[in-house]
Amino acid sequence: MSRWLIRRTAQMFAVVWGVMTLAFILAFIVPGDPARMVAGPNASPEAVANIRHELGLDQSLLTQYTHFIERLMHGNLGISFALQNQTVGSAIWRALPFTAALAIGGVLWEVVLGIPFGIISAYRPKSIFDRFSTFSALFGLSTPPFWLGLMLLYFLAFKLSIFPLNGVGHPLIWYLILPSFTLGVGGAAFYSRIVRTTVLNVLQSPFIEFAQLKGMPASLILRRHVIRHALMPIVTMIGMDLGYFLGGVLITESIFGIPGIGQLAFKSISTLDVPMITGTVLVASVFMVLMNFIVDVLYTFIDPRVRLQRNN
Amino acid sequence: MSKNDKPISDFKNSFEEIESALESTNFRSRAWGSLKADKVAFASVAVVIFLILVAIFAPFFAPKDPLFQYIDGLSDVGAPQGLGRHFLLGADQSGRDVLSRLIYGARVSLTVGIVATALASFIGVMIGAVSGYLGGWVESFLMRLTDIVLAFPILLFCIALIAVTGPSTKNVVLVIAFAYWTYLARIIRSQVLSLKEREFVIAARSLGLTTPQIIRRHIIPHLIPTIIVYSTLGVATSILIEASLSFLGIGVPLPQASWGEMISEGQKYFQTAPWLLVAPGVTMIIAVLAFNLMGDWLTDLFDTSAMGVKR
Repeated sequence: MSRWLIRRTAQMFAVVWGVMTLAFILAFIVPGDPARMVAGPNASPEAVANIRHELGLDQSLLTQYTHFIERLMHGNLGISFALQNQTVGSAIWRALPFTAALAIGGVLWEVVLGIPFGIISAYRPKSIFDRFSTFSALFGLSTPPFWLGLMLLYFLAFKLSIFPLNGVGHPLIWYLILPSFTLGVGGAAFYSRIVRTTVLNVLQSPFIEFAQLKGMPASLILRRHVIRHALMPIVTMIGMDLGYFLGGVLITESIFGIPGIGQLAFKSISTLDVPMITGTVLVASVFMVLMNFIVDVLYTFIDPRVRLQRNN
Repeated sequence: MSKNDKPISDFKNSFEEIESALESTNFRSRAWGSLKADKVAFASVAVVIFLILVAIFAPFFAPKDPLFQYIDGLSDVGAPQGLGRHFLLGADQSGRDVLSRLIYGARVSLTVGIVATALASFIGVMIGAVSGYLGGWVESFLMRLTDIVLAFPILLFCIALIAVTGPSTKNVVLVIAFAYWTYLARIIRSQVLSLKEREFVIAARSLGLTTPQIIRRHIIPHLIPTIIVYSTLGVATSILIEASLSFLGIGVPLPQASWGEMISEGQKYFQTAPWLLVAPGVTMIIAVLAFNLMGDWLTDLFDTSAMGVKR
């Protein structure tokens, strides 16, 4: 187990290092002279050269790369070119609560809609409910999320004025209901199908028959055996979705005007704000890698079979 | 003469006959049979074929020029005309015919979807097959690479790339392929892991076939059902990604019509002209739904789940 954990941790750091390197390369792909951007359009060539020296841009690529990694190790993401005198870290820190709230909301919708629908469908295959749920799941998977968001805005916010039109305000949860639903609906559809398949398989397995034969009540079988099995594939997906959403959900954020990480990243691309681009990209990837790691570790606690495998 | 008196050669002949008959008709008749039995699958395949025909023969299907700005497409105050005899699905903010734009948009959306998926499948299958078959450090390296690309916020990366290189249809295709191959590489790899332990692969190896020969002749043919299923689903995903990129204004360049671009443009006017949003949205749902359902049907047909693939 501890050997597995060490190997898995090493792997995580290897991926993070790869992502950092990719981000470093990304900064070179983006055109424009960073020193010129910092100095401003009217600066003299000497001033630009000074700044270039200060930023370390006159050094060799390898030195720049080591400095870059060193800086990141200290948690320093640099200073924004476009937002005057602001560190990339503080800008991301300010956007993070909105993205986090939206991400958690999206995952909640996925879980609250996906799991019960899947379980009920599997208990009553071919019933009207099952057909309805399969049908809605297909629609959920095939509808472009931004289109759904716009439709919800049009009908529920603009026509019926039930929800606020856009932006954020107080209480935040009120402003996040439609965006988080837009975000979660595709996942909910996917979850319900996965849960349905898993539960159908579980219900046919011998240990369920055994539980029934020894007189275990159906509700207890559901709680103790079925849900536990049905949740296993879902845990991985929740982790990955949460990691993905936390990195900023650009499209949902831009439809509903939420000042999250996705919007921050998008703006930084249009202003060619290189430190902000690499910063947001890095934060997003680290969330993803970290959530993957957490899920993998969680598995050892949830699934005794996995624990056994990793002990050897 | 009783049955038992039949010479063995007769049995052998009839056996061979049955086998060859099974082989030639088996798949096609099974596919056709399941299509006739399953109305939903039939409808999905019909819609996909119809969409492809519409895309190919767009000039034939479109009632008007998709790029021409008709004066009578706008009312006296400059608002787009609604649904009517002249403009079946209404006109857009520039007086262009929405139906014709949808039909020409099918060209863009399907081309991007199919080409991007083909490219992604090629990369994914190569990386998945090679890493699964070779194992060792090659596998570790390729799979870590896949992990890195998977962890990277692809959409942001793509936006940055397109912001630099400028929006073009080619870039959109490349970007989608770059985002989708990782998914396929993982699935293919897990299949190859079990395939390479099979007898025919071991036999091929002991006959002295080289690794590329084995992968090409003995591994890849077994992967074809999986590739077909995931490519069909991939087209659906690619159409959605293309629409997202167009929605953000970095997709297929204007004035070419694509469904995503129509939604993106339509949202500015949807309070007065809701058909600008509804028409492309519904078209997209139908198209993506058809590809998804066709993928489901193919999954059942090939019974990929029995081959150890989990969806």
